[in-house]
Amino acid sequence: MAKERIGVYVCHCGTNIAGTVDVAEVSRWAGEVLKDRGVVISRDYKFMCSSLGQELIQKDIKEQGLTRVVVAACSPHLHEATFRNACKEAGLNPYLSELVSIREQDSWVHTDKAVATEKAKAIISGGVERVIWQTPLEPLKVPINQTTLVVGGGIAGIQAALEIADAGLPVVMVEREPSIGGHMAQFDKTFPTLDCSACILTPKMVQVGSHPNIKLLTYAEVTNVSGFVGNFQVTVKQKARSVNIEDCTGCGICQEKCPKKVIDDVFEAGLGYRKAIYTPFPQAVPKYPVIDRENCTYYLKGTCKACEKFCPTGAINFAQEDEYLTFDVGQIILATGWDLFDARRIPQYGYGRLANVFTNLEFERLTNAAGPTGGKVVLRDGVTVPKTVGIVHCVGSRDKNYNNYCSAICCMQSLKFAHLVHERTGAEVYNFYIDMRTPAKGYDEFYQRLLDEGTHFIRGKVAEITDAAREPGEEGKLIVQVENTLIGKQMRIPVDMVILSAGLEPRHDTKEVAHLFGISCSADGWLLERHPKLDPVATMTEGILIAGCVQGPKDIPTSVAQGAAAAARVVGKIQQKEISMEPIKASINQDKCSGCRICNNMCPFNAIFFIEDRMVSEVNPALCQGCGTCVAACPAGAISGTVFSDQAILAQIDGLLLKNVKPLEVVAG
Amino acid sequence: MKYNYYPGCSLEKNAASYHISAMAIAKPLGMEFVEVDDWNCCGATEYVSLNLTASYALIARNLALAAKNEETKQLVAPCSACYLNLKKCDSYMLESPSLAEKVNTALAAGGLSYKGGTLKVRHLLDVVVNDIGYDAIAAKVTKPLKGLRVAPYYGCMIVRPKLGPDGTFDDVEYPKTLDKLLKVLGAEVIDFPLKSHCCGGHMTQISEGTGYELIRQLVKGATEYKADLMVTLCPMCQLNLDAFQGPMNSYFDTNYNMPVLYFTQMIGLAMGMDPTDLGIGAELVDARPALAKIGVEVPEPEMVIKKPPKEALPMPSLPEEK
Amino acid sequence: MSSATISPPKEEKSTRSFLEEVIAATPGESHLIDCIQCGTCGGSCPSGRDMDHTPRALFAMISVGMKEQVLKSNTPWYCVSCYYCTVRCPQSVHITDIMYTLKRLAVKENAYEKTKAPDFSKTFIEWVENYGRAFELGLMSMHLLKHNPFGVFKIAGMGIGMVTKGRMAFTPTRIKGMDNLKAILNKAKELEAVA
Repeated sequence: MAKERIGVYVCHCGTNIAGTVDVAEVSRWAGEVLKDRGVVISRDYKFMCSSLGQELIQKDIKEQGLTRVVVAACSPHLHEATFRNACKEAGLNPYLSELVSIREQDSWVHTDKAVATEKAKAIISGGVERVIWQTPLEPLKVPINQTTLVVGGGIAGIQAALEIADAGLPVVMVEREPSIGGHMAQFDKTFPTLDCSACILTPKMVQVGSHPNIKLLTYAEVTNVSGFVGNFQVTVKQKARSVNIEDCTGCGICQEKCPKKVIDDVFEAGLGYRKAIYTPFPQAVPKYPVIDRENCTYYLKGTCKACEKFCPTGAINFAQEDEYLTFDVGQIILATGWDLFDARRIPQYGYGRLANVFTNLEFERLTNAAGPTGGKVVLRDGVTVPKTVGIVHCVGSRDKNYNNYCSAICCMQSLKFAHLVHERTGAEVYNFYIDMRTPAKGYDEFYQRLLDEGTHFIRGKVAEITDAAREPGEEGKLIVQVENTLIGKQMRIPVDMVILSAGLEPRHDTKEVAHLFGISCSADGWLLERHPKLDPVATMTEGILIAGCVQGPKDIPTSVAQGAAAAARVVGKIQQKEISMEPIKASINQDKCSGCRICNNMCPFNAIFFIEDRMVSEVNPALCQGCGTCVAACPAGAISGTVFSDQAILAQIDGLLLKNVKPLEVVAG
Repeated sequence: MKYNYYPGCSLEKNAASYHISAMAIAKPLGMEFVEVDDWNCCGATEYVSLNLTASYALIARNLALAAKNEETKQLVAPCSACYLNLKKCDSYMLESPSLAEKVNTALAAGGLSYKGGTLKVRHLLDVVVNDIGYDAIAAKVTKPLKGLRVAPYYGCMIVRPKLGPDGTFDDVEYPKTLDKLLKVLGAEVIDFPLKSHCCGGHMTQISEGTGYELIRQLVKGATEYKADLMVTLCPMCQLNLDAFQGPMNSYFDTNYNMPVLYFTQMIGLAMGMDPTDLGIGAELVDARPALAKIGVEVPEPEMVIKKPPKEALPMPSLPEEK
Repeated sequence: MSSATISPPKEEKSTRSFLEEVIAATPGESHLIDCIQCGTCGGSCPSGRDMDHTPRALFAMISVGMKEQVLKSNTPWYCVSCYYCTVRCPQSVHITDIMYTLKRLAVKENAYEKTKAPDFSKTFIEWVENYGRAFELGLMSMHLLKHNPFGVFKIAGMGIGMVTKGRMAFTPTRIKGMDNLKAILNKAKELEAVA
């Protein structure tokens, strides 16, 4: 094999490397001792990543006719792209360059200068041996379908869908419930502005429902996803509404006439009723109702059919079946939101046992004008107005017994509740908190407002809520037992009503959803972002994005911002017409493949498929992320990866062990 | 089923009725108890307040002696404090090598040793409801306790804290096993909110007011719920609620009259055994009038559950019990 | 709560040394340093109202090295070992175990004030160390004599009741292996002293 012409560049990184490693000596060594291996030039420089540093490399590529470049500096996570780019601009294929770390892996972890210098030499030797085996590669370009799938019709999904659709691009939105709107549709007011939630949400909902570029599927779920970025095939199960939407006018007579009342566990948080045929709320989008077949008399016993009798357009269709629709989409945004922490898991708070203990979602429905009490704040008997109310922060959050994280919105929500109670009932309100978390714009001012309204703030996590009275003044009340930590005394406060600010949890089928779309969950169960600081809406799978609470608890402004961010990312990609993908991929030598299929299930990105008639596996390079799992797993050694081929890695090991050069003595310093 | 049995100091005399009734129901229910040979006091909550190594060594001697029995590795204690001490010692000796080393060095001075995790330490209630099981007990009920309103009282140490990988056999806040057992025996079980609140342990001797107040809350609660008697599973709780009920009444100038029996006695009664064979009659607050209700038609209790008004909002449901 | 200003400790020892002492003297992982001062423990404690400092307050004092005030406090002696605090603590702090540690430290340094509890425990244990079993009559008579002689009258009724119901042992029981137990306990105390 003709020898390569290799350039070695040793970075000082100021004193980060040079302070521990004798960079001049290392550069000299590389130039002299590795000459036989193909090194034609070796330099050291203060900051290789600077323009001047890069120009050094580029000049040498042109003047010295370099065919390979090895830079010894920081970690590839930081500057691999920088140097690859520099080479590309000088006319050298970027994948013929190698960045080896003599900082994170050497100067930052050693104090003995002599040892660190010798180690740097070995690392560079490894890089040199490896780069010889690299081959020129071109990024993969895949075409990108213009349609985007948005899963979840809450505020984050709605925002994302509208932004993409307004940019003139097609969107398919899939929502599991009969109407879009998500949790925001359940609230009465939103903090800190105390805007009416439905008033700011419904215009957006209507826009989604009538947008020419949005195909809205509600009462539907995604059941299958295949393909790769730019080219996904998605199967959606459109559940049978039992109503023909072409004929339905949304007049609502069916709901009026339906005799079967059911507790509405979803929209009314179990506090109100709906009928067996229903739309979840009056402003539902779309307006078409749905028959809950598990509770409808016709499906249970074969009788009734009141809705059919009264429907003026004959839109009821009991025989309607679930339909499976397929779509080709380019990118997918998951915005499926959150579930509420089940407060029954904390027995000492009495939820479920003590009538007048409510959860936050139940209270939202109480205060909502379209709710079960028409917006009146009353006790569970439906009539009595409370005179004292206790609001408990951190229920199920910040607690190693339940969820270790902070749910981000409960402090503001609790303050909002305090305000609404003052406004609607004039009752005395006690907020029980550990810390007051009011970080965003207008939030702390909202706290000030609640102080001015005369709210009693007691700093202490509630220990117990009980109806077991100890003294006459406690009879007939709910007692909140807590330590007022700011005065260091235990207190028992009698109240009429308790509101638990229960925390946010991932949807209970999040693991299944992640698996369906080929992405991961974080340790707490939320969907995992690509980088928590710098890339919160992308995932490790190209083409799949996340937005809103599905990524972690957050307030409405942040959810909206994430929805918009995901939309921008999507539109940006579509604009490029095709997607460029890093060519670090695995490939299967089908002559060696024995058809054992071990790799098929190992692939975390579902990138390997089996060709039945030839009994061999094949890697889809568009889905493959180059993780190397299959390369290691294949018992026949039939799989290798570009950039990480077996020869390259073995050569690098030989280089680290200085196999091809004379052994050196270590001089202790 | 065979078990090593650790009665604890209280069951020798002041809670002898607990021991008698436990022995009486053992054979019919298929439990065989082998008393740990020459067991010593577990130290209650006293020794551990004075000396760490000595207190654990005191407990560990019992574990070491019980572990000698080749026939079973189960160790049952009817007293909640003994149960917790034994369980904690076993658990911490497994979790903390430094503690285990110290304790074993001490035990070695007496020719003994113990490896954490060797025994399975259980409370008598756990064994009855989980090993024998509700169905087997139901099959042996010949005189159901119909008409008797009982307040199940667990106390604290039987369900708290959670230890080791097994945790605890019932819910730490709102346990249900005794409730279910009493239902199976045919009694009317009240949903007693204070069922796992502490009786105060030895507080009556440290600070009267504090100790008596804790007793008062429990007796008051059971009385307000119109319980005929309280059912307990710990001799300390029984002593506090029963024997100290008189002094508590004097202290607060109240006149509560709430009898307190052991769950083993209730099982025995439901199985048709003679009350004297179960040690009934040793209570300071007489239980006989309450027991006279068994077998007699009981009039409607005064506390009638009112029908909720039509405006009432629905209550969330609690998870179904099996 | 107690004094207004906290001056830095006089010796060079860091304010963490008392905290470290408490952690080291507690078996297993106590998680004391994870306390976020939420007050669940103080709120749950059945005898919390009678303590001069709540458990939470005590932990705050421990973390700044207020050793004297902590060991003088009546808090650990009011602990009834109900473990509500331990199971409810959101940071998994083993509060009850720490209370036992504070009791032991207070006894070791003779730092406790105005509480009968250490004496009660010591009297209880004297019987165990000599007989291998608890002896209630012995415990009660010695304790009442020492601390509350007139208290005898208050519980005379109960005492008589216990006797007539056959629930009172008049003599202590001695286990067979008393020598064995004594050897074990003496060795244990020896080991504890150098701990």
